[in-house]
Amino acid sequence: MTDSIAPIESRDWLRRRSRWSPFEILFWLAALLPFILFPTYLPLASQIAIAALFAISVDLILGYAGIVTLGHAMFFGLGAYFAGIISVRGWGEPVSGLLMAGLFAGIIGYIVSFLITRVQHLALLMVTLGLGLLTYELANALHDLTGGTDGLRGIRTWPIFGQFKFDLWGYTGYAYTLALLFLCFLLSRRLVNSSFGLALRGIRENVKRMPAIGADHKGHLRLVYAISAAIAGLAGGLMAQTTNTVALDSLSFERSADVVVMLILGGTGRLYGAILGTIIFLVARDQLAGINPQYWYFGIGLLLMVVVLFMPTGILGFLARIVDRRK
Amino acid sequence: MMADEDIVLRAEALRKNFGKLEVTRDVAISLPRGARHALIGPNGAGKTTLINLLTGQLKPDAGRIELEGGDITGLAPAHRVRRGLSRTFQINTLFPDLTPIEAVALAVMERERTAGQFWKRLAAHGDAIEESFTILGQLGLADVATRTTRTLPYGQQRLLEIALALATRPRVLLLDEPAAGVPKDESAALFSVIAGLPSDISVLFIEHDMDIVFKFASRIIVLVGGGVLLEADPETVRSDPRVREVYLGHGHG
Repeated sequence: MTDSIAPIESRDWLRRRSRWSPFEILFWLAALLPFILFPTYLPLASQIAIAALFAISVDLILGYAGIVTLGHAMFFGLGAYFAGIISVRGWGEPVSGLLMAGLFAGIIGYIVSFLITRVQHLALLMVTLGLGLLTYELANALHDLTGGTDGLRGIRTWPIFGQFKFDLWGYTGYAYTLALLFLCFLLSRRLVNSSFGLALRGIRENVKRMPAIGADHKGHLRLVYAISAAIAGLAGGLMAQTTNTVALDSLSFERSADVVVMLILGGTGRLYGAILGTIIFLVARDQLAGINPQYWYFGIGLLLMVVVLFMPTGILGFLARIVDRRK
Repeated sequence: MMADEDIVLRAEALRKNFGKLEVTRDVAISLPRGARHALIGPNGAGKTTLINLLTGQLKPDAGRIELEGGDITGLAPAHRVRRGLSRTFQINTLFPDLTPIEAVALAVMERERTAGQFWKRLAAHGDAIEESFTILGQLGLADVATRTTRTLPYGQQRLLEIALALATRPRVLLLDEPAAGVPKDESAALFSVIAGLPSDISVLFIEHDMDIVFKFASRIIVLVGGGVLLEADPETVRSDPRVREVYLGHGHG
């Protein structure tokens, strides 16, 4: 690239940035492979798609807007319990149930965002952590509603559109979760390539400058937090509907921490990093934990250190740099 | 003197203490439309503090600030910007990983209240992007519009500071040492850009180089120890014995 670019080319450059690359198309085609190649792994594939959706929700706030969180399982769990409870209470229609679960988590997220935007740095981390723990204990205490430590039982998910039953092998489950992951990905992709996405990057890059250009940066943060909470709620709702169980661990600190680990492994602020990190994390856990659970913790600890030390932009950031250099 | 409605920015009896230290003492200033005023004074005179008070980064202990006749003393910084009061920073306060076109377009879209439209592609905001290119062109930054800000030469980053402020379409522009750290030959070029800004924008700038101050300012406010020592035209300031005394140790006699 030369130093002098005519404005007309610059306009083009702006447009090119949001164009689909062949890698992306290839990736989504590859996401269909489990149907043919690994039908016995479809439940794992569903689990990965759900976790990837959750990781994308965290990437929107952490990777783009720079809000660090250790309590996002709060919204995952709220979505899961909401979808599960309405099913137990007699409404097992999955699509509408899922949308309501996402909306519920999004509304709670919007309310919480007023607290989140008041604090920064370590205090922010503690507030997200605290809210996560509070929600966990609340679900534990509301035994009649949530089943407490026994978990929520009696979820019945009706066929999708009255047609497609959730089968034992997980064909419908994976198709359903993959479709939702793709839709939410499209929405997130549009969001990060919009003026709003630019504003979020502005906040991440220099929050001090934002008021000086007349920006309502707290308003932006509240909006993205609510959207992120809604997507996390959808992921939770999907888990409730495809597994027909909701346990307290859907709200656990561990889930909040794991999703941040997945995101850092894959690379923050690029959406695909969230998906790649989730795949690596969950496939490795599935394989290693099968041998010995200790291998798993040892393995993930080692991997995390290697990535943070040698690939500060995550595995995907590392790969992207290699591709750029080849060009 | 100036008719009252020509005063765009007015501050009265502004006071600010940091503990026992009086950093701003009963400062009154008024900036007429189209002004090119300089704010000078030795280090620690409270120049940046005054800018921070005017733009809302700091809250005054007492006093009143008016923009176009409206009281803005209690307004948050972002709201003052939307009313037309913009500033630049002495130390670059940019978006290092954004490109100039992205940064300026962001400021334009924040002004137009379209920055929250998460459903619309950035490239679809044609008017904002067009305007951003025009602003960058005015400051001679069109050629580097798509380079990452952090890779730009320092002088161009100083210009981008001004571009960001201009994108808010200000009526009053407060420039905190716009040429800080820029070599002397380049700073004259930078100030001719500032002098060439639209004549309806009122400019107040802080600058240490007296040659530049006397060349580009139509009026000079001298701040010493947090208070206004003198406000006058360049000739009067140049010949004032008190000003000479303040600057004696700095090689300007």
